[in-house]
Amino acid sequence: MAALHPPPFEKFYEEHRAAVLGELRRLLGVQAAEDAYQETFLRALRGYDSLRHADNLHAWALTIARRVAADQHRRRDAEPEAPEPSIDTRPAYAELGELAGTLPRKERAAVVLRYGYDLSYAAIGAALGSSEQAARQAASAGVRRLRRRLGGADQQRSGRLSRPPTDKTRRMQ
Amino acid sequence: MTVSPMLDRRFREAAAAAGLLDVAYDLTDSPIGTLLVATTDRGVCRISFDPEPDRMTEELARAFGARVLRAAGPVEPVRRQLDEYFDGRRKQFELAVDLRPSAPCSRDVLRRLARVPHGEVTTYGALARAAGRPQAARAVGTVMNRNPIPIVLPCHRVIGANGSLVGYGGGLERKERLLKLEGALDNTLL
Repeated sequence: MAALHPPPFEKFYEEHRAAVLGELRRLLGVQAAEDAYQETFLRALRGYDSLRHADNLHAWALTIARRVAADQHRRRDAEPEAPEPSIDTRPAYAELGELAGTLPRKERAAVVLRYGYDLSYAAIGAALGSSEQAARQAASAGVRRLRRRLGGADQQRSGRLSRPPTDKTRRMQ
Repeated sequence: MTVSPMLDRRFREAAAAAGLLDVAYDLTDSPIGTLLVATTDRGVCRISFDPEPDRMTEELARAFGARVLRAAGPVEPVRRQLDEYFDGRRKQFELAVDLRPSAPCSRDVLRRLARVPHGEVTTYGALARAAGRPQAARAVGTVMNRNPIPIVLPCHRVIGANGSLVGYGGGLERKERLLKLEGALDNTLL
């Protein structure tokens, strides 16, 4: 039997927040999941008034979380490059975001998610709406393209990415 | 997956700040026990003794809308004035109240009640007369018993014509405590 009314939002939130955060971490990584968590429940609040019944609230919450995660990826792709700060205190994903800024959209997203956020290829596939295998291919194609573009002395010395290995980029090698 | 207290709080405050809530509520400690305080965008709408949050959120959702969330920010001004009141530093509340769920005639009585000053008492009959319904002392008793915003709307200041305390939604002991706090009762008589 269909439950008549959605419960007070407090109850909905308490029941589903752990699952939503889990899903967002899976899709976005721990850091980005925090922003997406806010966004997910704010969107849920916006839509809560128009819910006609309390069926499948769990699925509804997770659907919103997945849309938010997908939007975050789209936004990240569309963001213009920020001017370079004088001291580089940016997290790895920000540095990689600029480094990979000229790559085709999908390659860039795959590189940034893989090396900036440490996401699994499965999670990247889910976030990009493609398969794990396609995500893996996009990431490796992106890294190859970066190596070709960055070129120069470093590349000749190391045969890898042109930047000297730092904490942030070491994992790419 | 455990949601950290900071992440949780950030969402609750963001939701309130974004104006997305029908009701924000929080629990606060007082000398007469834990109180649940709830507010809407119009003002304080509920104060509850011995709160059972699950039951209260259901009640608030039915009365004001389902978007009920615990959030400290909107409740803070009420909490502060309650603290001042219990410390004896505040004789009058400066708070808007939201009485939408109350029937219009109850609202009239509650507004009249709000004017009974700190440290004084009135009677059910006098309040009925003041509200223009001199025969309605018993009905006024019912309105007091169902007062959604006790303390701020001071139903504890309404007593029987013979001087007995009669009753209180939060229990007679609390009524006595509040009246003593306000200096409205001669302690030696009790």
